[in-house]
Amino acid sequence: MQTLLMAPLITYLVGAALTLVLPRGRLVVAVGLSALVSALAGLILANVLRFGPVAVTMGNWIPPFGITFAADAVSAGFLLVAALVATALLLALTLERPAQHPALAPLILMVMAGVSGAFFTADLFNLYVWFEVILIASFALFALGGAARDLDATLKYGVLNLIGTTIFLIALGLTYGSFGTLNMADLARAVPKAPLTLQLGVAALMILGFGTKAALFPVQAWLPASYHVPHPALSALFGALLTKVGVYALFRVMSLVFPGLLSPFAPLLTASVVLTLIVAPLGALSEPNLRRATGFLVIGGIGAAVSGLVIATPAGFTGGLLYGLQAMAVLASLYLLIGRVEARDDSPILRALVLLLLLSLAGVPPLPGFWPKLILIEAGLRVGGYGSVVAVALFINAALTLIAVARLYTANAWASPPTEQPRLGLVIPALAGALALSLGLIPAPLIALAEAGGRALSDPSAYSAAIGLFEAAP
Amino acid sequence: MNTLIFRTVAPLLVSIMLVMSLFVLLRGHNEPGGGFIGGLIAAAGFALLGMAFGPKSARAMVRVPPIGIAATGLLVSALAGVAALPFGLPFLTGLWPKGLPISSPMVFDIGVYLVVVGSISAIAFALEEGANF
Repeated sequence: MQTLLMAPLITYLVGAALTLVLPRGRLVVAVGLSALVSALAGLILANVLRFGPVAVTMGNWIPPFGITFAADAVSAGFLLVAALVATALLLALTLERPAQHPALAPLILMVMAGVSGAFFTADLFNLYVWFEVILIASFALFALGGAARDLDATLKYGVLNLIGTTIFLIALGLTYGSFGTLNMADLARAVPKAPLTLQLGVAALMILGFGTKAALFPVQAWLPASYHVPHPALSALFGALLTKVGVYALFRVMSLVFPGLLSPFAPLLTASVVLTLIVAPLGALSEPNLRRATGFLVIGGIGAAVSGLVIATPAGFTGGLLYGLQAMAVLASLYLLIGRVEARDDSPILRALVLLLLLSLAGVPPLPGFWPKLILIEAGLRVGGYGSVVAVALFINAALTLIAVARLYTANAWASPPTEQPRLGLVIPALAGALALSLGLIPAPLIALAEAGGRALSDPSAYSAAIGLFEAAP
Repeated sequence: MNTLIFRTVAPLLVSIMLVMSLFVLLRGHNEPGGGFIGGLIAAAGFALLGMAFGPKSARAMVRVPPIGIAATGLLVSALAGVAALPFGLPFLTGLWPKGLPISSPMVFDIGVYLVVVGSISAIAFALEEGANF
């Protein structure tokens, strides 16, 4: 089992190196490897759900001295959905003609290596390293187009994200200097003993860093400025995964390392979440281009997911995680389908799927986006206080998103006459869209997973115990 | 840049730098040095070749595509980490075969060396060409 825990990361890393030297068939190999990782992540998840969290420390060191990888329902669930999403979009790229840039497959696998590392690491500096791996690989992916507008998007994305990771790095310096450790479980022991000002300062910097990664208001500007530019499959990769890594880091670090600070930070987080929920659909309303507008809707979803952190009960965590998990599937397939719309494909299936997926972002029942919002609003109203503020904001967000989506669909989608395209390109996006939508009709498995994740986040003792810290003799 | 003096001295300088880079790589096992700094020295050597003879001839002299070197290095490093798994030890655990003066950390470091040589010289050549790699 400990070997299994490292397998997704190693598979993606070795895959990136391997596809770099392959003369042809790079995308096919990447699809195979990504499917393999999906299976591995499924195995890990099944194991974790049955026997509880697992951990392994690299190099056979004793934690907290080595880098620990740990998995619970949250990390394994996120990795499973991420690997499935990557498989789908790599498959869509494989079937696309003309052939893609040769660096595409290795770079996507490198992004996935970073994503799997970020989900599994229990060491804050290691988390920073995976953020950088993701950032550098996605920076190169943004630049692959080579045209002026590609480079414009690359710079905006790269520079603003680099500021976010640098703020996180500063927070890490302060953390290591003050606590002498970066292992999350070890920090969870050390942090409560420190002066409150120090705790607040470090946590604020981390929230700002992760918030930039997750595209929370007011540090969300990089997302709509860049996500609509690259190849649609890359928009799918970024829209589905990058912001969710930030959301995952926020949930993991706040619940494990700074659980005591969730209430002091509640006003700040509430303001940020409420403004994210309201500003994002307003942006989508003002934006005529379908793919650009979807970028704003991604941000709205981040607001919904992070509202779980404001509510901070097991049900709140469950709703936030569920929103993140289903949004990965919905956004990836939506971006893939928008790619077909932009290629001027026309088919009733395409129209129906785009409409349903857009409506899912608004949270119309019984689509996938409805269930997490229901759980979040119920949990928020039950908690009261800031929870109910967030619940009201979720209602307003749903209404605004619905208006934006309806306007987008009617005004924009098929304004120009369709051209006859080979239908092959539509197969994978349509299948992905149908699968994502089925999560709304059969929500029980994903809700069960999110509930297991919510319990794990609200009581991280099993996760810490699995890491197995070295106990100094008294 | 490519004066007669520079072109005459460059191969000599580069060969010294390459030997030096291997020395620094192996020295790094127990003393200051290692794969990263060694790789940088070797990549600087390749970049110097590019400055003296132009990136096209320099590529021909290196023979292998730089990105291929980097990918091989990544594979070598990953395999050095994976080597511990069959023994039931966690990823990246150091293995020290009895009676042999080599170890898996050294193999890992050689992988790092190759990654740095490959990626930095790929960047250097691309910059010297002023175009895509």
